[in-house]
Amino acid sequence: MDRLDQFFGVHGQALQLRSERLGLIASNIANAATPNYKARDLDFAAALSNEGGVGLMRTNSGHIAPPNTGPGDGPAIRYRQPLQPSLDGNTVELATEQLQFAETALRYRSTLGLLNSRIQGLTSALKGE
Amino acid sequence: MALGLFDIAGRAMSAQLVRLNSSASNLANAGAIASSAETAYRPLKPVFGTEYEGRTGRASVSVLGVVQANVAPQRRHEPGHPLADAEGYVHVAAVDPNAELVEVVETSRQYRNNIEVLETAKSLTLETLRLGR
Repeated sequence: MDRLDQFFGVHGQALQLRSERLGLIASNIANAATPNYKARDLDFAAALSNEGGVGLMRTNSGHIAPPNTGPGDGPAIRYRQPLQPSLDGNTVELATEQLQFAETALRYRSTLGLLNSRIQGLTSALKGE
Repeated sequence: MALGLFDIAGRAMSAQLVRLNSSASNLANAGAIASSAETAYRPLKPVFGTEYEGRTGRASVSVLGVVQANVAPQRRHEPGHPLADAEGYVHVAAVDPNAELVEVVETSRQYRNNIEVLETAKSLTLETLRLGR
């Protein structure tokens, strides 16, 4: 399995993070009318450099190691800075969210394409054709 | 089970539908006349709340309740009206049709946005299933 993970490189992890990000943006779109909801997004570079997904960062040896909570609960999730906050405390701006959602969907597709070409390369090597 | 894209968008759509229904009720009762301030129609407002899923940072939306807006009905002097009280006043429901129409337009736009999310999620899932074929 380790070899296979190495073969796929960063793309396997990237695909998971992109789907995490799609979930966050979908949450923002779903909460576009909820008072006091603050829009959030994934800092993709921070999440990717933090190996093993999105986890709590330990910057001091005195910090207690977090339980294995899995991806998502970490410092890579950030609040979006609104261009124009609305009176009810909601910071979702639909235009921004739509743009980010479309972009993330496109990037997800491109990661899928890269994974696909790796798999095709592997299968053609296995078949020896 | 983790909150999927379909759950998030689906719940948001049902919440927006509650909002659309209350706006429709308000518009239908715009100008409705009652014989006392207590029995007059008061506009309905849905209250949305966020449902967080701590582990992944995803959040869905739910309708916490539908409340009656605290606006007093308009008092109008119409002695000839069959519903007029002893002093000749009728009580008209305090519905602002313009505000309700704006609400309807906004609701339909946000509903459509969630459909868009659903469609994208569906096509991405299908493409992921076809991976390697």
